[in-house]
Amino acid sequence: MKYVISGNSAAAVGCIEGIRRLDQKGKIVVVTDEEYPVYSRPLISYFLCGKTDREHMKYRPDDFYEKNGVDLYYRTRAVKIDETKKEVLMSDGTKMEYDKLLIATGSAPFMPSMQGLEQVKRKFTFMSLDDALVLEKSLSEIQNVLIIGAGLIGLKCAEGIYERVGRISVVDMADRILPSILDGDAAGMVQQHLEDKGIRFYLSDSVAYFEEKQAVLKSGRKIPFDAVVVAVGVRPNISLTEGTGIQTGRGIVTDVYGRTTAADIYAAGDCAQSMDAVTRTERVLALLPNAYMQGECAGIHMAGGEKPYDFAIAMNAIGFFGLHMMTAGSYEGEALAEKTAEGYKKLVVKDGRLVGFILVGDIRRGGIYTYLIRNRIPIQTLDFDVLAAQPQLLAFSKEKRKELLGGVPR
Amino acid sequence: MKRIYVNEEWCLGCHLCEYYCAFANSGIRDMAQALKNVEIHPRITVEDGGEIHFAVSCRHCRDPLCVKGCITGALTNEEGVIRFHQQKCVGCYTCILSCPYGAIMPSKDGVVQKCELCTNNTYHTPVCVQNCPNRAIVFEER
Repeated sequence: MKYVISGNSAAAVGCIEGIRRLDQKGKIVVVTDEEYPVYSRPLISYFLCGKTDREHMKYRPDDFYEKNGVDLYYRTRAVKIDETKKEVLMSDGTKMEYDKLLIATGSAPFMPSMQGLEQVKRKFTFMSLDDALVLEKSLSEIQNVLIIGAGLIGLKCAEGIYERVGRISVVDMADRILPSILDGDAAGMVQQHLEDKGIRFYLSDSVAYFEEKQAVLKSGRKIPFDAVVVAVGVRPNISLTEGTGIQTGRGIVTDVYGRTTAADIYAAGDCAQSMDAVTRTERVLALLPNAYMQGECAGIHMAGGEKPYDFAIAMNAIGFFGLHMMTAGSYEGEALAEKTAEGYKKLVVKDGRLVGFILVGDIRRGGIYTYLIRNRIPIQTLDFDVLAAQPQLLAFSKEKRKELLGGVPR
Repeated sequence: MKRIYVNEEWCLGCHLCEYYCAFANSGIRDMAQALKNVEIHPRITVEDGGEIHFAVSCRHCRDPLCVKGCITGALTNEEGVIRFHQQKCVGCYTCILSCPYGAIMPSKDGVVQKCELCTNNTYHTPVCVQNCPNRAIVFEER
């Protein structure tokens, strides 16, 4: 058996570890257009502010590939799949046969067309280690930074460079920061925290055009800058599916085992869409934990086993300058929200189940809420008041606790 | 594999396990010095609700969501024991978001901490179990 994996990040690692649980002998080949062994991409902001370094950013130990019998090809990109011959054309012109193929090509920063952006000399994206290294090189020459996008990537970038630049301004079309994970109340609280640090926000606004040293916003405001970071979102890298029968939506369509619509071809991670266990819709959930877990399920299936990837949900744990927040699931439903001593808490219930939550500040034991969402536990089996007070197993029935704390865990 | 199991019917709610855990992981030899007038940060938590008391610590899951969700590789599964490697952790708390039991907690130095069955300290066998006065916490094969 020969497994070929295009991509070398979390989904690829999940796939390798999944395969090796069942198949110790098959040949595994990984191709990556980068030149590093697997590292954690979400750590690039921590790298810039000195909370981690190149060595500690390694997602797996140095002997990972050797121990797992993986042939790793750097600076190589899979460019075309021949489904009938079951071979992949590589960027260096060689062809590689496969028995099972995983597309784990991730996503790339979306570059919107904005007038004058092409003429901006110092513009950056913030996704890969190379992006961070390029940005770092310029930091000593940069005072004012304009970040386009107040999402997870834009704000993590702001935190990463905070100590190393002068003024940071953030522009977003949305009316609040972190619009994909926070509601208005939580976003206001986090925004205040960031503004207290000196970061400036221009919301419900966007760049009309760029001049050499300043951006003119739709509102007419002028924001001076030495550098622009574009962080408006990511798009799945799905070009490898062109000319094949692989069905795509926003991302590559996958089933519960990570299979694409083409035989023996799988996809996982940011490039793929999958079933959201809460909303029951097909979505791209471009998050590291999901990438690993979908890759693992795909790897297990590629090696002949079965582990359905039916537990994917949107979930984020993130912090900025010491203020932590946790979110999961969907916010459509009946909301129970309160300002707490340390921040904010919101629980969302729909059809008798917890479907989403937001915690800002006190995030302790938040995973108990995640568990209820992921496993669609009916709240009638719980003491909801006890649960709403704080995440605790006391809210469960005695029998359930006996199973959780007295049984062999899953 | 031997795991910690909890029988809430026997738990007195004395919280001794929390104190022994904090002591065992303090690196301090003298118990009074380690615990007296100190805010303790144990890796085991006793929940109390009226007559109900029980302790919660890492279950060392066979399919550990914390390990799979960890963005840095700081959590690993080493022959069934879920280990934590502090020098790799950046304190994002994705593991806390992932743990169904609420058994991983922020540590006082800004990262996280969890039960490693005392394999990471000088005791090598769970101190909470050894010192539970009513055998409400046991360490055994099931």
